[in-house]
Amino acid sequence: MTISRRKFLGWCGVAGLGVARAKPVRSASLQEFAGYPDSLGVLHDTTLCIGCRSCEAACNRVNELPEPAEAFTDLSVFKARRRTSAKTYTVVNRFEAPGSGRKPVFVKKQCNHCLEPACAAACFVGAFQKSKEGPVVYDASVCVGCRYCMIACPFEIPAYEYDNAFTPRVMKCTLCAPRIKDGLLPGCVEACPTEALSFGRRKDLIRMARQRIVSYPDRYVDHIYGEHEMGGTSWLYLSGVPFSHAGMREDLGVTPALAFTSGALSTVPLIASLWPVLLVGIYAVSRRKEKLYETEKASAVEAAMEKTTLKARAELEQALEKARREKDAAIEKEVRKAIKAKSIQPGGEDKDA
Amino acid sequence: MPEKRIHLGSGRITPFNLVSGVIIVLGLMITVIRYTGGLAAVTRLSDYNPWGIWIGFDLLVGVALAAGGYVTSAAVYVFGLKRYHSAVRPAVLTGFLGYALVVAALTYDVGRGWRLPYPFLVQQGTTSVLFEVAACVALYLTVLFLEFSPAALEWLGLKRARNLAVKMTMVLTIFGVILSTLHQSSLGSLFLIAPSKLHPLWYSPYLPVYFFVSSITAGLSMVIVEGALSGRYLSHKMDPAHLADKDQVALGFAKAAAFILAGYFAIKVMGISVGNHWNLLSTPYGLWFLLELVGFVALPCFLYAIGVRERNLTIIKTAAVWTVLGIVLNRLNVSLVAFNWHLPAGERYFPHWMEIGLSVFLVTVGILVFRFIALRMPIFYEHPEFEENEKHSYSVDR
Repeated sequence: MTISRRKFLGWCGVAGLGVARAKPVRSASLQEFAGYPDSLGVLHDTTLCIGCRSCEAACNRVNELPEPAEAFTDLSVFKARRRTSAKTYTVVNRFEAPGSGRKPVFVKKQCNHCLEPACAAACFVGAFQKSKEGPVVYDASVCVGCRYCMIACPFEIPAYEYDNAFTPRVMKCTLCAPRIKDGLLPGCVEACPTEALSFGRRKDLIRMARQRIVSYPDRYVDHIYGEHEMGGTSWLYLSGVPFSHAGMREDLGVTPALAFTSGALSTVPLIASLWPVLLVGIYAVSRRKEKLYETEKASAVEAAMEKTTLKARAELEQALEKARREKDAAIEKEVRKAIKAKSIQPGGEDKDA
Repeated sequence: MPEKRIHLGSGRITPFNLVSGVIIVLGLMITVIRYTGGLAAVTRLSDYNPWGIWIGFDLLVGVALAAGGYVTSAAVYVFGLKRYHSAVRPAVLTGFLGYALVVAALTYDVGRGWRLPYPFLVQQGTTSVLFEVAACVALYLTVLFLEFSPAALEWLGLKRARNLAVKMTMVLTIFGVILSTLHQSSLGSLFLIAPSKLHPLWYSPYLPVYFFVSSITAGLSMVIVEGALSGRYLSHKMDPAHLADKDQVALGFAKAAAFILAGYFAIKVMGISVGNHWNLLSTPYGLWFLLELVGFVALPCFLYAIGVRERNLTIIKTAAVWTVLGIVLNRLNVSLVAFNWHLPAGERYFPHWMEIGLSVFLVTVGILVFRFIALRMPIFYEHPEFEENEKHSYSVDR
């Protein structure tokens, strides 16, 4: 199953890469887009997270989101698995670690700010943009509200203001793009008391994460989640338990979402230019057949008529000939009869005369 | 005959008019709630399930079932199967109304319906499959409007405009087939972006091909179904030519549908093979998939074949309804049932009654408008003033 999916994803990737796409980042045939140089990101070391929810509170504050039903100090929320919503850009979930006696795992969830975001590939009005600095930013002023971004996102992050009748927006973490511009840290990173969140250049973060794995091989699973998932994300994760135990999907593959649809999209100009030829061709063939049929019919009729005429003429001649012959025969017969009658009764005839 | 007329007459109190009146009132109420309370007030959509039946049924099924327009006009004008000419106008009218209703449904479903032209006017998201769908649907709606216009212009007695519209038939038909190929398939491509959410039995790189090929069977079957319905309720509007051709259309389209369903079945099986998903067939989702494939593709295909061989219209009509149900099932499976299959049951989507109510409302509006037009405009008969002209332009120009 895993292997076949892998294979399949690879197949899709090859299909996608094989075709020159309009999007410049994928147009270089075999080159992989490794993200904008020096773009920023966050490393979330889940082994350091204590589940205090300070990041959630800070996120709520800096983004001026509505106050939640339960206070951020309330830890009973961990009973249920939560997701991002229109009122919450980030949530921390608790997962029981496999094997008894081990500490539970806390994992923070928010937009991963993909290097090649599915939401941006899916948006038909270009409301999502991957900025060179790292954040995937959303522009509500053009958003139609089709919610295809939510269908597309493999991490199930974007949420929607369903209860807003006239100006509903898609809501998701901005990586605090406005704060970054002002030289500030993202709200969550600033608030984290245990350094479970580190903000920096993505490539530095990857180096740092790898160093941690090398230095503490017993503490970490040998994988940096987000380094390659779905083509790579600006948020990176370290974990002490397999990522699937920490509520993260391990079957997403490394192909960016764009590649899944680029193959299908590449057929558009092909169909648009070939179909007229094909259809006009079929039309021409059907017309030609029709014409041929008509000509053939006409010539067949003509031939038939000619044949009939000839036949009729021949028949007529034959009939005339026959009639003539019959007439001659009748005359001859009558003449003979007359001669015969005369020779039998010559006297009688004379008498009559 | 007179009974049928009473049954259909607009403006009279009949069970049909009463029921549709109630549905219209209900639909208008839902409209008010939708535009005052937002989507949350009338739908069960959630952050996990951003698309409900307004997309799964109204858009995906609606567009597939409106395929009769391009299928019929292609058969008659491109493939030169002139004996089906009488089926073109009803099919084009259904197509036009179908697409118009799809757009109407979208204004309810998207957050800000008045921004629907934004992808063309404000900013173009050309990497999106949805952009292609939107562009093609918008263009094709225009094409269908123009293809339908001769009937309306004949009704209005605008000779010159009507003749101009008729002259465009060939170009419009070819343009319509191109646009339909593109967006019928793209509706399937929409789901290519989410391999992690759609069950592997339904997710396939062939999705666009599946959607396109099945749209042809949907179009053919809908023409047969509509033919049966209008033959029953609108036969007094049909001219002798239409009445005489009716059964020939059903037989011919049934034959085509049998072949195309067989091809569709084959590529679906090929999809399982290419993905090597045989092992999934014994799971609950696999059984559901088999029900769709065997019960709603293979079976109607077989029924069509028998119906054609026996020249039995009852079997053919049954097969047509069955195929249409199969299309509904398939589109709902891809967009709702097999989508988000990985989520726990509590997070899955089930429509709110008002979502269903709005869909029923839109279908009812479609039927009423179809009736309004078919009772007034030359849909099932040739307009006496244009008969000669029609024949002329049809056999000489073309």
